[in-house]
Amino acid sequence: MRLLFYYSIRNLLTRRLTTLLTASGMALVVFVFAAIIMLAEGLQKTLIETGSYNNIVVLRKSASTEVQSIIERYQASVIETQPEVALDENGRRLFAKELVVLITLQKKGSSSSANVVIRGIGSASVDMRPQIKLSAGRLPVMGTSEIMVGNSVAKRFKNAGLGDSIFFAMRSWKVVGVFEAGETGFSSEIWGDADQLMQAFRRNAYSSIIFRARDASSLSKLKRRFESDPRLTLDAMIEVDYYKEQSEMMAKFLSILGISLTAIFSIGAVIGAMITMYTAVANRISEIGTLRALGFGRMNILAAFLLESLILGFLGGCAGLFFASVLQFISVSTTNFQTFSELAFRFRLSPGIIFKAMTFALFMGFSGGILPAVRASRMNIVESLREV
Amino acid sequence: MNMNDSIVSIQNVTKTYKRGSEVIHVLENISLDIGQGEYLALMGPSGSGKSTLLNLIAGLDQADSGSIEVGGIDITALSESELARWRAGNVGFIFQFYNLIPVLTAYENVELPLILTSLSGHERKEHVYTALKVVNMEDRLRHYPSQLSGGQQQRVAIARAIVTDPTILVADEPTGDLDRASAENVLELMDRLNRDMGKTIIMVTHDPWAGNKAHNMRHLDKGVLSNDYQDSHS
Repeated sequence: MRLLFYYSIRNLLTRRLTTLLTASGMALVVFVFAAIIMLAEGLQKTLIETGSYNNIVVLRKSASTEVQSIIERYQASVIETQPEVALDENGRRLFAKELVVLITLQKKGSSSSANVVIRGIGSASVDMRPQIKLSAGRLPVMGTSEIMVGNSVAKRFKNAGLGDSIFFAMRSWKVVGVFEAGETGFSSEIWGDADQLMQAFRRNAYSSIIFRARDASSLSKLKRRFESDPRLTLDAMIEVDYYKEQSEMMAKFLSILGISLTAIFSIGAVIGAMITMYTAVANRISEIGTLRALGFGRMNILAAFLLESLILGFLGGCAGLFFASVLQFISVSTTNFQTFSELAFRFRLSPGIIFKAMTFALFMGFSGGILPAVRASRMNIVESLREV
Repeated sequence: MNMNDSIVSIQNVTKTYKRGSEVIHVLENISLDIGQGEYLALMGPSGSGKSTLLNLIAGLDQADSGSIEVGGIDITALSESELARWRAGNVGFIFQFYNLIPVLTAYENVELPLILTSLSGHERKEHVYTALKVVNMEDRLRHYPSQLSGGQQQRVAIARAIVTDPTILVADEPTGDLDRASAENVLELMDRLNRDMGKTIIMVTHDPWAGNKAHNMRHLDKGVLSNDYQDSHS
């Protein structure tokens, strides 16, 4: 049936303009579909990569983010002494009591502002996040008003570059370092000494505790201890799971937005494909009659026209994905609705998205082509042959 | 004619069409035998039912009543899909307007009926070359129909009709769209197919000149086949 394939391809090539316009309509829909899923995937991946499988995050029970959580000093001290906390090669506990506060900073090149996460860190905070790499300057000295900023903050916000000073919490904070954190949420944060920041913000409690787990069973043991100790109204989770939960709401929102938008757009693209295919059938009635006379069955005719429509969908899918793939080079920022802070991330194209987008494109091709193909296959041979 | 020699045997065939509430009798109680290797012209004015009779013989349409046997097979008893398979192996079509597929080359147009057979790619190639050689179009095999003259297109269409070595060749006004010189060539080719290769040909035409090229002629008028059996060369 190679010849029937050529027949379909050459018919599409013969009507190049119609083919191009119909495939373009589908490409646009696939582009929007892929772009929004890439956005959701980028957001999700950025947040998930922020966490580590070895670290455990402790928050107040029922708090879903660090911003909502309060951990009293005595609770932090109790957790610090738990046997599940791993030690480094110097016998130091890989444990940090952290503070998370939001401040508003003005964006570069615009008059608008956005929320930025200030993370108060302990001396082990950087050691537990191997993705943090200083790209300029040095680490802030504990006990001083020094801070370091993520590269996304340095790029996007005014007075956030190395050597600049940022004024917040009634103090001027000197930027002594800029760090890279790959494509993680930390790139959009400002880090300084937790105790200095607590004083400045007049906080008595930490937001979260993070520590390196001694082994895989640490989490379940710790959870059991929390259950039996009335002082510890806390919850512990693997750091990756914590960030995964944070990304879910936004990713779900983007997915729903994407599916709703593309569902509306795709109706237009399917109607476009249907008009194209109905016209193709109307222009080839005599050919259909000839093929039927030569012995080709209804299913052969249906397959030939459906194949044409699927090829249109395939071309649209490839073009849409090609243009969507260019978006990978663009970094965007949005407010994370869970933490209400600015988060920078990239569009991400994955094999899963390619598969979904191509399936969607072929589905549009199929939907647009099936009715015209059925019409072509049901034509009366003698009447078709009379059309010249 | 001896009935045992018949390749096509039509018995009491009736065909009507409905136009609104009106019933049009296109063929009335037609009986006809066509012998193996016969070259028959079905003549008659427009609307006489000759194309309808040809369509029934070729298995493109179904009779209301009566039976049509071609090569010993009662095609009126075949289902639609069986009829399609039967046409692929037993009928070669020559149309007035050639009906070549415009996006396929001459070679591919001729190959088209063969993809429904079990022949291998190599065997198909051999068949196509042979058929194109018979119609003297082997030097035009990469040409598309739009790059060929009317006469050349009709010769490619004839190659397509004979490539499967069918039981019968049916031709509906094969010279109707051609100038006299091209028509002469096409009719000469059909004559050669009949004389040299023993092909049974049934040709519908309203052109007496073309009809005279056939070896026998039957006349249809208002759906009724005349009883005279005319040897056009006598």
